[in-house]
Amino acid sequence: MAENLASGATGLHAWLLVTSALFSVGVYGLLTRRNAVGILLSLELCLNAAAVQFVVFNAVRAPARVDGAVMALFVVAVAAAEVVVAMAIFVLLYSRRRTVDVTDLTGDGPGHAGGAP
Amino acid sequence: MTCDHSAIVQHAWVIPALPLLSFALVGLVLRPLNARLAGAVAAAAVALSAALGWWLAFDYLQFAPPAEPLPTLIPWQVEWLRFQDGLRIDAGTLLDPASVLLVVVVTTVSALVHVYSLAYMKGEPGYGRYFAVLNLFTFSMLGLVLAPNLVQMFVCWELVGASSFFLIGFWYDRPAAVAASKKAFVVTRFADLGLLLAILLLGQAAFDVRTQLGASAGDSQALDFAFLGRADVLAALAHQAPVLGGMTALTLGCLLLFVGGAGKSAMFPLHIWLPDAMEGPTPVSALIHAATMVVAGVYLVARAFPLLAAADGVLTVVLAVGTFTALFAAAIGCTQDDLKRVLAFSTLSQLGYMMLALGTCGGGDPAGRSAALFHLFTHAFFKALLFLGAGAVLHAAHTGDVWHLGGLRRKMPLTHALFLLATLAIAGIWPLSGFFSKDEVLAAALHGGHPLVFAVGLGVAGLTAFYMARVYLLVFWGEPRREASAHVHEAPLTMVLPMGALAVLAAVAGFVPVSRWVALPGTAEHAGIDWLVAGPATAAALAGFGAAGWLYGGDLGRSDAAVARLGRLYGALRHKFWIDELYLWVARKVMFRLVAAPIAWFDRMVVDGTMHGVGLLTRLCGAGVQAAQTGQAQAYAAWALAGGLAVVGLLWAAGRAG
Repeated sequence: MAENLASGATGLHAWLLVTSALFSVGVYGLLTRRNAVGILLSLELCLNAAAVQFVVFNAVRAPARVDGAVMALFVVAVAAAEVVVAMAIFVLLYSRRRTVDVTDLTGDGPGHAGGAP
Repeated sequence: MTCDHSAIVQHAWVIPALPLLSFALVGLVLRPLNARLAGAVAAAAVALSAALGWWLAFDYLQFAPPAEPLPTLIPWQVEWLRFQDGLRIDAGTLLDPASVLLVVVVTTVSALVHVYSLAYMKGEPGYGRYFAVLNLFTFSMLGLVLAPNLVQMFVCWELVGASSFFLIGFWYDRPAAVAASKKAFVVTRFADLGLLLAILLLGQAAFDVRTQLGASAGDSQALDFAFLGRADVLAALAHQAPVLGGMTALTLGCLLLFVGGAGKSAMFPLHIWLPDAMEGPTPVSALIHAATMVVAGVYLVARAFPLLAAADGVLTVVLAVGTFTALFAAAIGCTQDDLKRVLAFSTLSQLGYMMLALGTCGGGDPAGRSAALFHLFTHAFFKALLFLGAGAVLHAAHTGDVWHLGGLRRKMPLTHALFLLATLAIAGIWPLSGFFSKDEVLAAALHGGHPLVFAVGLGVAGLTAFYMARVYLLVFWGEPRREASAHVHEAPLTMVLPMGALAVLAAVAGFVPVSRWVALPGTAEHAGIDWLVAGPATAAALAGFGAAGWLYGGDLGRSDAAVARLGRLYGALRHKFWIDELYLWVARKVMFRLVAAPIAWFDRMVVDGTMHGVGLLTRLCGAGVQAAQTGQAQAYAAWALAGGLAVVGLLWAAGRAG
């Protein structure tokens, strides 16, 4: 696998196509999903595309070092933390609004009407 | 003796600095803390100033043996504004006989008024504020008096006007006081515009002259009084080309200067603010609207006297305005009911006397200038005393209407005696101070070749005696005509003592050889009393007393009959010749309709219209862009993405092109 990865420009281009496709799918989801959880999943796809790209560049450009792999691990860690925070927000949002559809989230919403907590 | 030997001459700036410091201390620190302490500190500061003022006068008089003229010194000055070489404005102290004289008058009367006010204003809510502004006034007046150039004088001139405004409107919950303070401010500001224009005009003309003179101008600055008084400068100014309507800058500038002076000194037709200014507390009237601020105009004319004397015909204007005001105000004073208003018209009339004296110098003999300053000196004391006496009456009876008072001499014996002394002094009875100064004014008129002015002056002397005797008799003799004046009490000692001090000054001030000290070179000496003048003047005063005694001394029915016989004339006098109404008519009908209304239309339609148009355009643009702000996070994300792609596209295109 490592040999395949490091097998020159053709391999790098292939990997770039894969990660670009992954990122584009993520962006498409980000812009079109109405459910907040779906948007979060799409965002994870974007992050994963970036993480894969880090690993690829590490293997192709500087095989003797681990900087890219470390960055990928960082991305994974950040994504995990992000999911925790985002899901907490969604849970609270749902308990107030009974929906996590982002197109319904404009205005004060029922949770604030009449000053109720 | 030289300047260095006298600490106070060297440091005369301390005299105005003390009230300024006290103003800051009282106004900012003590006023909210302790009102009584504030008043005490303010009075102490001015009293110290007065002591220093007397010391200054004493030391200054040592400078020359009696045969020589006293020197003009500028012991202290700092650069304040530098426009260019030759047009530098300094702040400093100018000491000459006139300024030292005024320093003594201002500090003395101010100190006595401060002490008097300690009792008079007791219990007033604005006690601390009152003393702070009174201090500010004292500082400004001293700065004005000591100014070595026209600009410092103008700055202090405006400060004096502002403090006058604050003090007239001291009781700002009374509509009449507010209206009076506004009126005083607007009228004097209007006149001050003349002074400002005069400074600009004279400054430019004098600067041109200074450039012509070249090296011989030395370090003198164009707006310094020292420079403007030089003979070569005056000759050059007089020979400049006319600037407007055949008048040189000198003539026009001096006329405008006199407009400024006439506004502050309430000369006809700018006199309308002074009677209304009596709405302020009475000690303020004594200090500002009788003894000091209103003589600033006289002082300005006396200070700029060489200029006015060199300008064609300006002194004739001064003479005419002064004479008319003296007569006009004295006549109105005979018909007013309010004690303070009578005194206000009396002040107008006496100020007219001083201006008249200045105006008689057109023939070349500046004796009238000395007479004016002498009369200013004596008038300050007896008029302040009259006002403080009126204040004591007001304090006790709570009314100033002479028809409500009466018989006060038994209840207020001290006030009565002091008021009587001041009445005799203003009427010019020997040996009180008014006799000597009035004598000099009339002598200046007679010897200056103005017999008509002399005759009017005599008439005014008679009228002065008449209206003063009238209020004196109505207030202090007869029986109380209303309940209020039946239960009065003598003023407290804090009020009587300053009045006593003023009475001493009013009695002896005539023996001070002021006019010899302040005489300009070339003044004809005249020794002793000129009985050709003093005789008729005393006779006129006695006639005035006699007439008042006959009309008001016993049966008041006689005065009613006299009023009925005078008919129309009495009505005109009583309504002050409807000058106020005329002003209102001009203001409302002419200025509002013909000037203000079109300007208001232009403002509403054109100026506001443009602004509204710009506002509307901005709102329309906003409405267009508003559509983009939907509150949808995904829409924003799409815009962000589009922006990012655009940047990448640009970089890519730039990379290809490069």
